[in-house]
Amino acid sequence: MTRFSGWNVFWQGMTGQKGWARQWRDPQPKSHYDVVIVGGGLHGLATAYYLASNHGIRNIAVLEKGWVGGGNAGRNTTIVRSNYAQPGNREFYEHSLKLWENLSHDLNYNVMFSQRSHIALLHSPGAIDAASRNYNTMRLTGTPDAEIWDLDRLKQAVPHLNYAADARFPIMGAAVQTRAGTARHDAVVWGYARAADQLGVDIVQNCGVTGVVREAGRITALETPRGRITAGKIGFAVAGNTSRLWTMAGLGRLPIESHKLQAFVSEPLKPLLDQVVVFGMGGSHFYISQSDKGGMVFGGDLDWYKSYAQRGNLPIVQDVAEAAMSVMPCLGRVKLLRHWAGVVDMSMDGSHFICRTPLDNLYLNTGWNYGGFKATPASGWWFADLIANDRPAPMIANFDLKRFERGLQIDERGAGPDPKLHG
Amino acid sequence: MIRIPCPFCGPRDHAEFSYGGDGSITYPALDAPLEAWHDAVFLRENICGRQVETWQHVHGCRLWLKVERDTMSHEIYSVTPADPALAKVLEGGE
Repeated sequence: MTRFSGWNVFWQGMTGQKGWARQWRDPQPKSHYDVVIVGGGLHGLATAYYLASNHGIRNIAVLEKGWVGGGNAGRNTTIVRSNYAQPGNREFYEHSLKLWENLSHDLNYNVMFSQRSHIALLHSPGAIDAASRNYNTMRLTGTPDAEIWDLDRLKQAVPHLNYAADARFPIMGAAVQTRAGTARHDAVVWGYARAADQLGVDIVQNCGVTGVVREAGRITALETPRGRITAGKIGFAVAGNTSRLWTMAGLGRLPIESHKLQAFVSEPLKPLLDQVVVFGMGGSHFYISQSDKGGMVFGGDLDWYKSYAQRGNLPIVQDVAEAAMSVMPCLGRVKLLRHWAGVVDMSMDGSHFICRTPLDNLYLNTGWNYGGFKATPASGWWFADLIANDRPAPMIANFDLKRFERGLQIDERGAGPDPKLHG
Repeated sequence: MIRIPCPFCGPRDHAEFSYGGDGSITYPALDAPLEAWHDAVFLRENICGRQVETWQHVHGCRLWLKVERDTMSHEIYSVTPADPALAKVLEGGE
């Protein structure tokens, strides 16, 4: 495998770009692995990479039913931030952000991580107070870049928002995280796949799990279209499809529901927006950034009903367009290029699960709600740690399936146990 | 857009309705053990395929409905009032 470097790019440029090999192998699955990760998305591949690089496990397979980058890894809106206030979440996401900061070097793959700041607009004195409380909490617990901006500072940074005093929700300020930003989603999933492959991980695409063979309290094998695969340890990292695998394993019910979340991209424009801007007010929700190719990448709320279909509905397109016009009226004549939907694993408190399961050799990674993309490095890091050491590290101690039985909900929004409200 | 045939108002766009959630849950008695409440409040079967769920026709008759819908194709198989007494009246029972 050719290592990426300035010299190699130069040399390949001089010699007709003929020397690049494929980025990862396309292996036939073996009949046995020490660890099998089901789900070749961002979290599954990151887990395999950290199992190999942090824990020295080399006999690993990642089973992917489609192709690498074809699921939610290719459907998200690429935002990375760590502005969480609840204990557990804030440490986890801050760790994730720190891993993002060095990810391109770590993977030898440019993930185009751009710390362009994340600006959440505030529309009332009460909202400024609430955001101040959360962002002060962040500063006190290890996230130094949490700031509250007044209107003058905000206008200087983003001059073309709708600052009309008679707007339905006039902008009064913003809660800002300056180390937050975006990364190139394809590069992240390809980078992890390439780095894991280099450490000997078999990435098996077009290989969905069709059956789970159980014996007493363990899984003995997984049935796939490419044969039966036995494994010492098995990790599920399949986001919106977790309940289907869980049922296949005969394990009953889970505290998650699958919902679909839409995203949109416009035709490419010249540089227009140098930050991530978020608007959330009443029943309206809108977030936007500009990709390096120039497209405005944006999204809004869930489609509001449970669904496994990877296609969005039109009322939400209208909602998002209306919110866009109220926040950034200059977008009015911009053409929409594409919109799509991904199936997300909405949990009962809006927080995730990285935990052991009722089966001895099965481990679970799910419940990422809206925010799976930014969690990728830490999710893989701690899921690998759990699988390798067979015990939850303190960082993920409360992210188990039993937390509701203990009366604990890690609920950032305070929305209560209704999955569709944790957007 | 999903079209939901409301038994009172006729076929309407789903934007007129508010989604309730899993309609197969039966809530336990108030003095039932905590585990029963935990299961009812927090655990979901999360079916991929045909499931029973509740919707409220908030911009119509305002009644809660039980809708049998496919969560992959979004096809609707049946819509009845969530209140069993009302469903019985509609069936011509009383």
